[in-house]
Amino acid sequence: MPTNILMPALSPTMEKGNLAKWLKKEGDTIKSGDIIAEIETDKATMEVEAVDEGILARIVVPEGTADVPVNEIIGVIAGEGEDPKSVSAPAAGAAPAKAEAPKAEPAQAESAKSEAAPAAAPAAVKAPAAPAPTAAAASAGGDRPFASPLARRLAREAGLDLSAIQGSGPHGRIVEKDVEAAKKGGAAKAAPAAAPAGATAAPKPGAAPLAAGPSDEAVKKLFEPGSYEEIPHDGMRKTIARRLTEAKQTIPHFYVTVDCELDALLKLRAELNAAAPEKDGKPAYKLSVNDMVIKALALALKAVPDANVSWTEGAMLKHKHADVGVAVSIPGGLITPIVRDACHKTLSQISNEMKDYAARAKARKLKPEEYQGGTTAVSNLGMFGVKDFAAVINPPHATILAVGAGEQRVVVKNGQPAVATVMSVTLSTDHRAVDGALGAELLQAFKGYIEKPMAMLV
Amino acid sequence: MADYDIIVIGSGPGGYIAAIRAAQLGFRTAIVEREHLAGICSNWGCIPTKALLRSAEILHYGEHAKDYGLTLEGSFKADLEAVVKRSRGIAVRMNNGVQFLMKKNKVDVIWGEAKLTKPGTIAVAPTRKPAMQPQGPVPKGAKGEGSYTADHIIVATGARPRALPGIEPDGKLIWTYFESLVPAKLPKSLLVMGSGAIGIEFASFYRTLGVEVTVVELLPQILPVEDAEIAAFARKAFEKQGIKIITGAKVTKVEKGADSVTAHIEDEKGGKQTIQAERLISAVGVVGNVENIGLEALGVKTDRGCIVIDEFCRTNVKGVYAIGDVAGPPMLAHKAEHEAVICVEAIKGLHPHPMDKQMIPGCTYCHPQIASVGLTEAKAKAAGHEIKVGRFNFVANGKAVALGEDSGLAKTIFDAKTGKLLGAHLVGPEVTELIQGFVVAMNLETTEEELMHTIFPHPTLSEVMKESVLDAYGKVLNA
Repeated sequence: MPTNILMPALSPTMEKGNLAKWLKKEGDTIKSGDIIAEIETDKATMEVEAVDEGILARIVVPEGTADVPVNEIIGVIAGEGEDPKSVSAPAAGAAPAKAEAPKAEPAQAESAKSEAAPAAAPAAVKAPAAPAPTAAAASAGGDRPFASPLARRLAREAGLDLSAIQGSGPHGRIVEKDVEAAKKGGAAKAAPAAAPAGATAAPKPGAAPLAAGPSDEAVKKLFEPGSYEEIPHDGMRKTIARRLTEAKQTIPHFYVTVDCELDALLKLRAELNAAAPEKDGKPAYKLSVNDMVIKALALALKAVPDANVSWTEGAMLKHKHADVGVAVSIPGGLITPIVRDACHKTLSQISNEMKDYAARAKARKLKPEEYQGGTTAVSNLGMFGVKDFAAVINPPHATILAVGAGEQRVVVKNGQPAVATVMSVTLSTDHRAVDGALGAELLQAFKGYIEKPMAMLV
Repeated sequence: MADYDIIVIGSGPGGYIAAIRAAQLGFRTAIVEREHLAGICSNWGCIPTKALLRSAEILHYGEHAKDYGLTLEGSFKADLEAVVKRSRGIAVRMNNGVQFLMKKNKVDVIWGEAKLTKPGTIAVAPTRKPAMQPQGPVPKGAKGEGSYTADHIIVATGARPRALPGIEPDGKLIWTYFESLVPAKLPKSLLVMGSGAIGIEFASFYRTLGVEVTVVELLPQILPVEDAEIAAFARKAFEKQGIKIITGAKVTKVEKGADSVTAHIEDEKGGKQTIQAERLISAVGVVGNVENIGLEALGVKTDRGCIVIDEFCRTNVKGVYAIGDVAGPPMLAHKAEHEAVICVEAIKGLHPHPMDKQMIPGCTYCHPQIASVGLTEAKAKAAGHEIKVGRFNFVANGKAVALGEDSGLAKTIFDAKTGKLLGAHLVGPEVTELIQGFVVAMNLETTEEELMHTIFPHPTLSEVMKESVLDAYGKVLNA
């Protein structure tokens, strides 16, 4: 029987690697212990040692291939008496037969072969690839998920799709407890309507089916026991996890990026701050760029009211006010207090409101009505020197603006290179509510206010 | 660098398997033993008792030769000395086998009594425990007393017979399994205190050899961990063989005579009686060997005489592990072996699956044999399962009838909602060899459907297993 050579896992966490080099050609005779190929990860280059003997019948993954998943068949060895030519390349995803053991260094491996110190070089131990939890492996015959009979029955009765459940049993087999966990988490997607004959439970319509992540046990297994500290989630962490997972899984995000020149805005800001009257020996306000971004976004929404919306299954909610949430990073998480009706507030009002919000947010003293609702949000990572990023929409918002750092860049003006202070912003839109062109229109309006900031003062 | 990667304390079925697996995985390994390689199992437990019971079984067949159309001429009787000698010979062979395995796997054997002195260090001193005789020689090439270090220390010190206050075994009139295995002469009468696997196996052995046997059990049923229906079936069979059984009763006092004991027995309702017997076997369970191994000094947590471990056999102290009897019930060799592999593979970082204690089968090698896995009917109900129960009697199994062993019962318990096999309970011929079919089925999470779809060979005793499953779903064929 031909033996498959599988992509080995060099570490329990390795998921893929590059097949750097084949040291044997098709047709070469292979003895157990021969080095047949080299693979590399971002950390190291390792050799693949043959466990079986025979003739290298077929190279399935050519050398130089990057990102080969662990346990994928990379080659096939024909056994004694088999015609290598008759060995066909197996279909991708065929059930793995035997993983080849990787070795650390040739020199070390040599010494390990000597009888004297069998234990000194643990790298030479032919350890099978760590049974890292894998998604339910489909058997060679087709897409039948690898699951125990009991797990199959339980999933069928609960209307769960086995292919969405992570298996924790041997070789990623889905077992009873995986289905039970999926039932509790409500996390596996409903079985397709064309469930196998005999299925009694029909998928529940309307339920929002979500894919399950790996179980806690599966994640912990990837790390050495004792090599980490387990910190229980607090309420904020749970809320962030739940809401953002929900957002990314239910909202079709669409992203639009634009560069805004900031020089005029920075000049105006300096002038306004310099003109701030004194109150109790301190300036009455000190505007930040972010305060002006809040106001600009609010005004842009006012100018493009079709983008100031929230999606519901039944109807579009078109808002009359532009309420801008502002993501505030606090120890242990973040929170998004909302500047209500920001387009009708002055910059100094917005600025002072934000200072109050930020202080109380850090003390976790915000009231629910101060951070619930809103029609859009701003997330600013500019202070960290971030050039550009995309943010996750915080429902019920239909948009969120991710703001990068204002930095000096060379721009072309009138056909000549010139230096300008430029800030990249990326608008994430809920494509169900705000289409691409509408999002672009909103950004265009925003850019207008940022680049001609005097318009924000009238 | 430490002297070893792994040191295992105790060479019973848990300890020696841990040492082999450790060596296979490339660990520099040593094993410490104070009296006999291969532990109680091979020397004073599982294996020598099976040897005795085999002699008893053949005696039984001889005595019933007529039933098979055979005539035995001349005398056919037990030669106790030879029976015991055979049993001891088998124990020695097991012991030598482990010695060979240690050598083959390049595991150092350290002879003596180990004590944890500080993390990663043990002190080995000559054993203080008088060895039970007969005793094999110290293995050749074994290291001796001294201090040894290792990154990981696995405690596999096993268990010993529990002694009840006032009825402590004395080795003469009150026996434990040690003395019960090497009787110099057959007592005329025997009182067995405790009806777990050990008590029942000795009761069965001695009864077959013609001894008058009485079994006293504190709980309302014999074989307390088994399904009540199976235990009741077995009780009838034992009583038919002439074993007297008293349940729900306690031995309150034992008076020793010159060559006999008088046991005072009190039942639940306060009824009292005395039973005189030549010997008493105390088989009231075993307790973990947690003393004098330095657990206290290192702060290793224990609970009711056993070391507390997590699912990978780790104690609360880093670098100290425990497996087998000393790590808690069920105190069975196969549980110890499985823990050994899990423990060592977890140390290696191979991410073994933790053990599911529901899947540990239990076997009692009396006549008829008893074997079970999973939940009893009562426990399944107590756990809130709605259940379907299947039963099949060996009397309707062709092979059993042909063997002349048609007394037995196969009972299966399913979750009515899911078809999950919750438990299987067997009493009858060779059931200790049959149970593994159900153990595999449970591990693979089969439902009744796959079991009904499985073809069992005919004619075999195993057909009772399938019929029992069919019966649970009202589809039984041969009844």
